[in-house]
Amino acid sequence: MPSLEEPQESGTNQLVAPEPEHCPGPESQQAGQGDACQTCPNKEICASAPKGPDLDIPAITERLSDVKHKILVLSGKGGVGKSTLTGLLAHAFANNPDSTVGVLDLDLTGPSMPKMMGVESETIHISSAGWSPVYVLDNLSLMSIQFMLPSRDDAIIWRGAKKNGLIKQFLRDVDWGDLDFLLCDTPPGTSDEHLSVVQLLKESGIDGAVVVTTPQEVALLDVRREIQFCMKTGIKILGLVENMSGFVCPNCTFESQIFQATTGGGRALAKEMGIPFLGSVPLDPRIGMACDYGESFFDSFADSPACKALKCVVRGLASQLKLDNEQVIPDEEP
Amino acid sequence: MSLDKVKHIVLVLSGKGGVGKSSVTTQLALSLSLAGHSVGILDIDLTGPSIPRLFGIESSRVQQAPGGWVPVPVHSASPEAGIGALSCMSLGFLLRERGDAVVWRGPKKTAMVRQFLSDVLWGEIDYLLIDTPPGTSDEHISLAETLLKTAYPGQVAGAVVVTTPQAVATADVKKELNFCKKTGIYVIGVVENMSGFVCPNCSECTDIFSRGGGEAMAIEFEVGFLGRIPIDPQFVMLLEAGRTPVYPVGTVINGENFGPRESGDASTSASTKDPETLANKYRECSLSRFFGDITQKVIGVAEARSTEAQKA
Repeated sequence: MPSLEEPQESGTNQLVAPEPEHCPGPESQQAGQGDACQTCPNKEICASAPKGPDLDIPAITERLSDVKHKILVLSGKGGVGKSTLTGLLAHAFANNPDSTVGVLDLDLTGPSMPKMMGVESETIHISSAGWSPVYVLDNLSLMSIQFMLPSRDDAIIWRGAKKNGLIKQFLRDVDWGDLDFLLCDTPPGTSDEHLSVVQLLKESGIDGAVVVTTPQEVALLDVRREIQFCMKTGIKILGLVENMSGFVCPNCTFESQIFQATTGGGRALAKEMGIPFLGSVPLDPRIGMACDYGESFFDSFADSPACKALKCVVRGLASQLKLDNEQVIPDEEP
Repeated sequence: MSLDKVKHIVLVLSGKGGVGKSSVTTQLALSLSLAGHSVGILDIDLTGPSIPRLFGIESSRVQQAPGGWVPVPVHSASPEAGIGALSCMSLGFLLRERGDAVVWRGPKKTAMVRQFLSDVLWGEIDYLLIDTPPGTSDEHISLAETLLKTAYPGQVAGAVVVTTPQAVATADVKKELNFCKKTGIYVIGVVENMSGFVCPNCSECTDIFSRGGGEAMAIEFEVGFLGRIPIDPQFVMLLEAGRTPVYPVGTVINGENFGPRESGDASTSASTKDPETLANKYRECSLSRFFGDITQKVIGVAEARSTEAQKA
């Protein structure tokens, strides 16, 4: 099992102390020369380090050259269903036995994918070919920091630089094999993890991002920031998905808007930002239950309204990726 | 140091996003204020600040004064009504446009958190609530380090840890509890948010995100359990549109009638923007009753820990 303690950095500098305030960034052109660098113990290391693009990028590009589509799942807001959607998309794509799907969980301080896929207690092994991911199905593999923790509830108390090191290893060292889809689940926000994955994958090419939101303005506000981040960094937005829209009471079938869309919800935001709207997925307690038990909601409740809405989202996404719908979700009524 | 005259500091933490840290912070602040305490809120969620939106003060800006930043007032104290002053500080007040993205790496976030802890002129307040982003990374490490260095003994009451009941959420929140253990932050207790939803049509309660997970986690980690908060769409509407909560006739929560009091009352309070302060409107919300209890527990712990430290 790979160690969490000393992420070995090859090619780049190993800092001897945490970055100071106003650090220009160890990889930047000003590294070692800024005002903040003068008193920093890392000054020599940063100043002498090679400048310019990351030296590992060619290795990452080489490693991921057999991955056809790389998709990020993003949201500025936490708890809107990024991981749930990632899991559902993965299962939807993997429903076609001819497709191979990989999921990379980049949420290092709150990894949820292993639990949702029912493989929480697995560990990863290193071979000469690289780190082998955990196989959930024959054609669905997963990599997450959770597999590297000595005990399930351990906290990862890391600053940015250390997180970036592990993300680089995930991209460079995981032996995915041939993949049709690589889905990257991300933590909320617009910070280290997001910048790193975007920079490191620039060469290999990211197909785009699926952005998840819930209907209320408090969530849309943060999602707006994430969309701006995508625009700034040149990531194509494949579409916006609105999750948790409306709840149908199982007793009286009355539909309540729990997270009221006072400003028009995801649809209005997509229109405002000029991005495709992939659909609304209603709240269904069974989705949460399926996640808790690590089951595929797709297989267990294929006829539920939420599942139908999700299939709609998958189809919309497939057409954004210019894929043949029949191949993504076969035998479907329109 | 700007925290010198702050009596108690309470952190609101969760390993998981979207469980209601900011809405719990908001309600704790309103309840403390309604109980007569002066309260400040510091929002250190730098990439997703929600506090300005929740208080409906998104267009406010922070004033620069000699010695630091003046926090944005929500309402001033009114001693005759027994209400304490409430003010907030958030990165949201420093952005040019409300949807502006803050794309910062760790060191810059660390610098900002330190500045927020040292340069805000809170003045003399009873409680400072610190709302945090999800996770256990830069912001949290900086916060824990700075408080460890600068707070006087007994000043940091501890952390209120928020979760939702489902296992996927508690799995992350357990990591946060271990973070508290490692960094020596006392856990005041766990709040289980979004625990059950009462259908406004048939009053059947559905556990959308399951139930009881927060309490089970509190028992497992031997920390306090502060209470269970149901989902109330009226509360969302109160924050989103400033509408005073109105419940259908016959709504009884914890033995108290929440239906419209008199026939004329409902029509006036149904208007979307009334001049009443948020704190007063919040009194009409069913959740204020749940938070009344939680607030009393938090006050109890904060005062006990502060007297204990003074004795020692």
